[in-house]
Amino acid sequence: MTMRRTTRRTLVRGVLYAAFVAAVIVVVLAADWQRFAQYFLQWDIAREQFPEIITIALKNTLVFTVVSFVGGLLVGTLMALMKLSSIRPYRWFATAYIELFRGLPALLTIFAFAYMLPIAFGVKLPFAPVGAGLLGLIVVAGAYMAEVIRAGIQAVPKGQTEASRSLGMSPLKTTFFVILPQGLRIIIPPLTNEFVLLLKDTSLLFIAGSTIFTKELTTFARDATTTNSNGTVLVMAAMLYLLVTIPLTRVVAYLERRMARAR
Amino acid sequence: MTGPVTPSGSEPDLPVRFDAPAIEIIDLHKSFGDHEVLKGISLTVRPGEVVCVIGPSGSGKSTLLRSVNLLETPTGGQILIEGIAILDPEVDVDRVRTRIGMVFQQFNLFPHMTVLGNLCLAQQRVLGRKRAEAESVARENLAKVGLADREDAYPAHLSGGQQQRVAIARSLSMNPDMMLFDEPTSALDPELVGDVLAVMRTLADEGMTMMVVTHEMGFAREVGNRLIFMDDGMIVEEGDPREVLTNPREPRTQAFLSKVL
Repeated sequence: MTMRRTTRRTLVRGVLYAAFVAAVIVVVLAADWQRFAQYFLQWDIAREQFPEIITIALKNTLVFTVVSFVGGLLVGTLMALMKLSSIRPYRWFATAYIELFRGLPALLTIFAFAYMLPIAFGVKLPFAPVGAGLLGLIVVAGAYMAEVIRAGIQAVPKGQTEASRSLGMSPLKTTFFVILPQGLRIIIPPLTNEFVLLLKDTSLLFIAGSTIFTKELTTFARDATTTNSNGTVLVMAAMLYLLVTIPLTRVVAYLERRMARAR
Repeated sequence: MTGPVTPSGSEPDLPVRFDAPAIEIIDLHKSFGDHEVLKGISLTVRPGEVVCVIGPSGSGKSTLLRSVNLLETPTGGQILIEGIAILDPEVDVDRVRTRIGMVFQQFNLFPHMTVLGNLCLAQQRVLGRKRAEAESVARENLAKVGLADREDAYPAHLSGGQQQRVAIARSLSMNPDMMLFDEPTSALDPELVGDVLAVMRTLADEGMTMMVVTHEMGFAREVGNRLIFMDDGMIVEEGDPREVLTNPREPRTQAFLSKVL
């Protein structure tokens, strides 16, 4: 059978569209929407969550994210500098740190900081239990950011170091005034991405235990789901996460486009 | 007046011998692994002298220049800056470097700072000058290189020639006793070379001690007090620039000059 190439292409496209629409229709028709709404879209339950879901849950999620991001940035910068150090034991330590905490599930690390460390050292970490969990999250974030920051530092041309050193600036001053400001600028997009990942990882903090006032979105929603025997709050939590993450990922995309232009 | 005016912050805490040569290089060797780049260089630059270094690529001329402020660590020999043996591990390299200005082929301005920021950073962080003092020194030097009106610009918004002049002004703002130039015009479009050379010529006329690695034979001839031809890690010939450029004695110098002139 001979068919013109354009005709065949139109036909194939038509079939693909039809298959997709058919699949959507089947799924929509197969679902029991009434039952779904009964368990997940209860207006009364939704209304009862205000203002706590914002003033406690969302606020805690954001605060925990910012705290672990800033902490992770500090730890990550330190580890990146150690990994690039000329002192060998520093390099070893940084490598071991990064490999360990990137290789373990974040949940395990948070658990370890919340329960194992206090037992091993006989200390009570501040703001327990959530403070201990946060420390674990900072440690994990630091491990991931260390590699990003190291790449940023290495992307700064060698001539920058040479120019700075030949002006009499010490290695430390060169790092802080010349290299880091440029390196951090380069890695703004991947760091923003790290922020989004951390925002979601705050949901792991439940393993450290929480009080009414330290619940973040996911814990809040899970507890509310148990209390009401209804999943409406889970849907609300999901929407609140997206309310933060979608604009942020748009920002990352924008920054990446701008960086690409500046090159 | 009893002595030279010392700007605040640059009080010499190293002994200065004003009778000593600005730069004295004695039997300098440098190897990268098995590859010997400098094979025993000896050279003296007196205060106020302009010494130009020419030679084919890979001859070691940039390595020689970069050794003077220890951007390269020599594997053997001695370097004395104003009488101080800078390879002595006791010497504070950062202190010595404040006396030696360095200008690079690729300018190496700090892209995250304005022109003024570039000129003030080391003045404040190394010499400990106050912001106002650093800015006034910076403006003076920007005027000198003809860029007084660009102090708020970022390097990316300047032409190559302007960037290189800013780089020169940045070095001058540290009040160095001498300046090193590593092929300062090699990365420039031909029409921008003149402005940079003019600034360098002014500096030379003012009595700045200069060591210049360059391919600009015209500059070497007109501004240089001495010309050094290097090949294969050694000084092949040196002397009065006009003499070396018109009547080279060594066959290797003749061969090189016949290619570039």
